[in-house]
Amino acid sequence: MEMWLRTWAILWKDILIEVRTKGTFNAMAFFAALILFIFSFAIGPDFELLRRIAAGLLWVGITFTGLLALARTYHSEELAGGLEALLLYPGEPRAIFLGKLIGNLMVLLVVEAILYPVAAVLFHMQLAGHVLPVAGIAVLGTFGFSVIGTFYSALTLHLRAREVMLPLLVLPLLVPVILGAVSATAALIDPSARGGVGGWVRLLIAFDVLYFVVCTWTFPVLLER
Amino acid sequence: MSEPSVSPRLRGWHRILGLVALVTTVSGSVVALFLVPPDALQGQVERLLYVHVPAAWLAFLAFFVVFVMSVLYLIQRDPRWDMVAASSAEIGVLFTALTLALGSLWGKPTWGVWWTWDPRITTTAILLVIYVGYLAVRSFAEDPERRARWSAVVGIVGFADVPIVYLSVTWWRSLHQPPSSPMSMAPAFVWTLMLNVLAFTLVYWYLLLRRYRVAVAERELEDRAAEG
Repeated sequence: MEMWLRTWAILWKDILIEVRTKGTFNAMAFFAALILFIFSFAIGPDFELLRRIAAGLLWVGITFTGLLALARTYHSEELAGGLEALLLYPGEPRAIFLGKLIGNLMVLLVVEAILYPVAAVLFHMQLAGHVLPVAGIAVLGTFGFSVIGTFYSALTLHLRAREVMLPLLVLPLLVPVILGAVSATAALIDPSARGGVGGWVRLLIAFDVLYFVVCTWTFPVLLER
Repeated sequence: MSEPSVSPRLRGWHRILGLVALVTTVSGSVVALFLVPPDALQGQVERLLYVHVPAAWLAFLAFFVVFVMSVLYLIQRDPRWDMVAASSAEIGVLFTALTLALGSLWGKPTWGVWWTWDPRITTTAILLVIYVGYLAVRSFAEDPERRARWSAVVGIVGFADVPIVYLSVTWWRSLHQPPSSPMSMAPAFVWTLMLNVLAFTLVYWYLLLRRYRVAVAERELEDRAAEG
């Protein structure tokens, strides 16, 4: 119970900062939409082709935007020893991880709520009639993404060249997430696509559960003094 | 912090191990190159099997050792475990790259392409990137204690990804082509392969000890520099 109160305190602090400064979210959502726009130019106006690879393009966009968002996870704690102060409070350091994780998850899900309709328009994706299952897959994929990202962004916090290190560490681990989310989404919206949805959904769930446990368990090790 | 150093007895064993590894490797190569008959279908190219498979085995062995040493380090916080993990990771990256290069050389004449998205090849490539990341974390962290802690975490989290990556990549490709499977081989081929696997494994332990001794020396240097 106490742990959840702490988690909520961390989350609420970050939400307040974001709402009051209105700093990065708008720019990030715009950046994400812009990536999809650039894809259309890079690939050309062949709608058949765009429709077929839409799920992949969408998730590349989500991945890039997500890396931007995740790199800023501990941004508000970096100045003036904020993280040290946070760690001085008694209680579980895991609450910091959980609070930051939920925060990142919320940011990414809101960005995706903008990106999916934009992709549907630009790439002629047939989302109508599949909104709930597609959203469910997005949530599963985004959860795994956020777990890995929140965890590694704490690890790279004090590394040199961390702007490069975060993607270098996170992207290889995310291969199953991206494969699962793209394949399941493609199979859902395109009846002619190969493969079933069930296996990929189980894979995403397995990834989410495994890494949620491993990362929550080892998180305090990252922040030891 | 305990002062790690290498005992003279270990050095003696190391020399013997090196000698045994050398003899086994030379005899393994002689058997694989000259004594075993060439494959009926693939001809001389098939001899790549005797280095490709042992290299792949060695890469996985090395990363497994990184995982075990990382867990041990987080439990006991003994800097020696960290140094063994780092040494093993370097050898693993080297042999993973070697596995991919040898496989590529073999793929061109037999499959007609340098690269294909076969589940095993793809998993091996992702494995390479994960452990290049591990080595990058090590080189970008200054404080030895933090470096050990962070890289142990990367070693554990990265290894946990391997089975999931393999599963996902197999599903992704399985509808196109079945993964290349080891065919039933003649006993002479199997024994030659076994000999070379043994030779590579001995070379691994030799290299690991050698790299560990360098790591101990590096650590002493770092500590002395820190003391001023």
